[in-house]
Amino acid sequence: MTATTSGQPLLPPVVSLRGVGHRFGDVQALDDLTFDVPANRITVLLGPNGAGKTTAIRSITGALSPAVGEISVFGTDPRGEGDAVRPRCGVVSAKPALYDRLSGYDNLLYSAQLYGVAKAGMREKIVAAADRFGILDALDHQVGGYSTGMKTRLALSRSVLHDPDLLLFDEPTSGLDPESSQAVLDLIREMTDDGKTVVMCTHLLAEAEGLADHVVVMESGTALCTGTPEDLTARYLPAATVVLDAEAPDQLDRLAHATGVTGYDRGDVARVQLDGFGRVPDLILALARDGVRLTRVEPHVPTLEDLYFAVRRERHQDSFGRPVDEPLAPGVTGPEHTQAAAQLERTAR
Amino acid sequence: MNWKRMWVVVRTDLKQLVQARDYWVPMVLLGALFFLVVPAILLLTITKIGNVEIVNQISNTLKVLPKAAQSQIRGTSPEGRTSFALAVFLFAPVAVVVPLTISTAVGAATIVGERERGTGEFLAHSPASAREIYLGKLIASLVPGYVTTIVGFGLYSILVNVIAGPEVGGWFFPTAQWWVLMFWVIPPFLAFTLSLVLRLSAKVKSTAAAQQASGLVSLPLIMVAYGQSSGALFGAQVSGFVVGAVAWAIAIVSLTRGVRSVTRARLLGVANEV
Repeated sequence: MTATTSGQPLLPPVVSLRGVGHRFGDVQALDDLTFDVPANRITVLLGPNGAGKTTAIRSITGALSPAVGEISVFGTDPRGEGDAVRPRCGVVSAKPALYDRLSGYDNLLYSAQLYGVAKAGMREKIVAAADRFGILDALDHQVGGYSTGMKTRLALSRSVLHDPDLLLFDEPTSGLDPESSQAVLDLIREMTDDGKTVVMCTHLLAEAEGLADHVVVMESGTALCTGTPEDLTARYLPAATVVLDAEAPDQLDRLAHATGVTGYDRGDVARVQLDGFGRVPDLILALARDGVRLTRVEPHVPTLEDLYFAVRRERHQDSFGRPVDEPLAPGVTGPEHTQAAAQLERTAR
Repeated sequence: MNWKRMWVVVRTDLKQLVQARDYWVPMVLLGALFFLVVPAILLLTITKIGNVEIVNQISNTLKVLPKAAQSQIRGTSPEGRTSFALAVFLFAPVAVVVPLTISTAVGAATIVGERERGTGEFLAHSPASAREIYLGKLIASLVPGYVTTIVGFGLYSILVNVIAGPEVGGWFFPTAQWWVLMFWVIPPFLAFTLSLVLRLSAKVKSTAAAQQASGLVSLPLIMVAYGQSSGALFGAQVSGFVVGAVAWAIAIVSLTRGVRSVTRARLLGVANEV
């Protein structure tokens, strides 16, 4: 056990993946995937559909056994010792995976029995879990008649029934209305307050915002970057950004060449990148002296969305800043494209 | 192997079956048709028929039965002998067709159904081992067919004794061979068929495909099982035990090999071979 800069003890990661690779036929689902999941935190796997998030979750419980790489969950490899890992995990998959012909209670009972919840007090635990997620009143109804939101709540209840240490949520809000989504996200946040470790997959940046303690940006089965949102923002979006608007917006264009301005872009509003927020008072004063009547001055706090696109932008640029998605020659993309770009770079030197 | 967990899978699958009226109503109707309706019509026709000539003709055809079988036939009148032969020998397929048909229908959907409904994901992440899931599903598929058969067998026994008993000289059914057939010969045939059906259910892509493929597997097995069952009925009691023992040996080997067909990847529907 080591110590963080804040002096708090740093627990060993609950999950650790190193160079994990897995193929489904011709499709490379995971490709050299490496990331850690810190204990008692919410880790969000962020990426587009097909990024490998679900496959990563399945590899963590040992439901899938990737042939390549090292996987450690609670210090053991789920591929060989899945029996030690699975009882300590609670999973909510993208589809709620409930038995429609059974009642809500019977669905929870099935899970409780499979996960070895003690018979004494089992009913009380089922009722408490259902109550926690607001599904108690519908517990005796057949799940086939539940709404999507109710099914998600039941699936969440089922995931915590056996008091797992690690919760794995795969797109838990898919198909939910905004209000239900927010309620589910609030409940997920509550779980870390109970000392649980949560891994959540999503492609919705807005729902990861404010929830993620730790972010893994994934694409094509690999982790583009990992870290806390703050660390990643400092790494990928180091510039301070201020949003400005004026009665005559074109008067703001003079800022492009002002001292301390590292970037300038004007669309509906002007976005000014600075080498520090300390520049803002001087800039405002200068604009006021020049007779520019400002209508808006707003420091821009980078969102996860900004971060996500910054990471992807960096990933998809060669050393000349060109997007690598654009093939240099027909049929040349990916690693070959990178090699071709490197060749061009050498030639230019 | 956690037996408790395996029984949880069995109980939950059966609970779902009970909830599904569209599943068990045809199952009950099939059992009633084979065990009650058809035998009742045939036996009543023979015992109450006015035309003695036709019954005599049927009675004469009993001479084609093996000697061992002929020696077992009781009754002095043509009606009695014909009723006895029909009740004991002709309806043997009933005991084979009903359990194999019902259990095959249930078993075919059991694993591919989990995958189609998305519940395979829940099982794949659960602590239940592939062996527990396989055996649980196998027993849950076997029980409906076998229970229907046993209940039907009980009702059939009452029916034939009530209708044909007076002609034969008292209650005569079940005979010793039928006990052997029901409790020693049928179960391994059922287990063997289901081990094949579950393998198919794990490998195919849809329930419809599983049912088609299961039909192809179970039909020849029904014929083989019928042939063997008839042999067990016609022959001495010992032959029934031998047929059953061989069937058990084959079933055990098939069950052991069948365990490998259920994997977590197949429950998820991502195995390359699915």
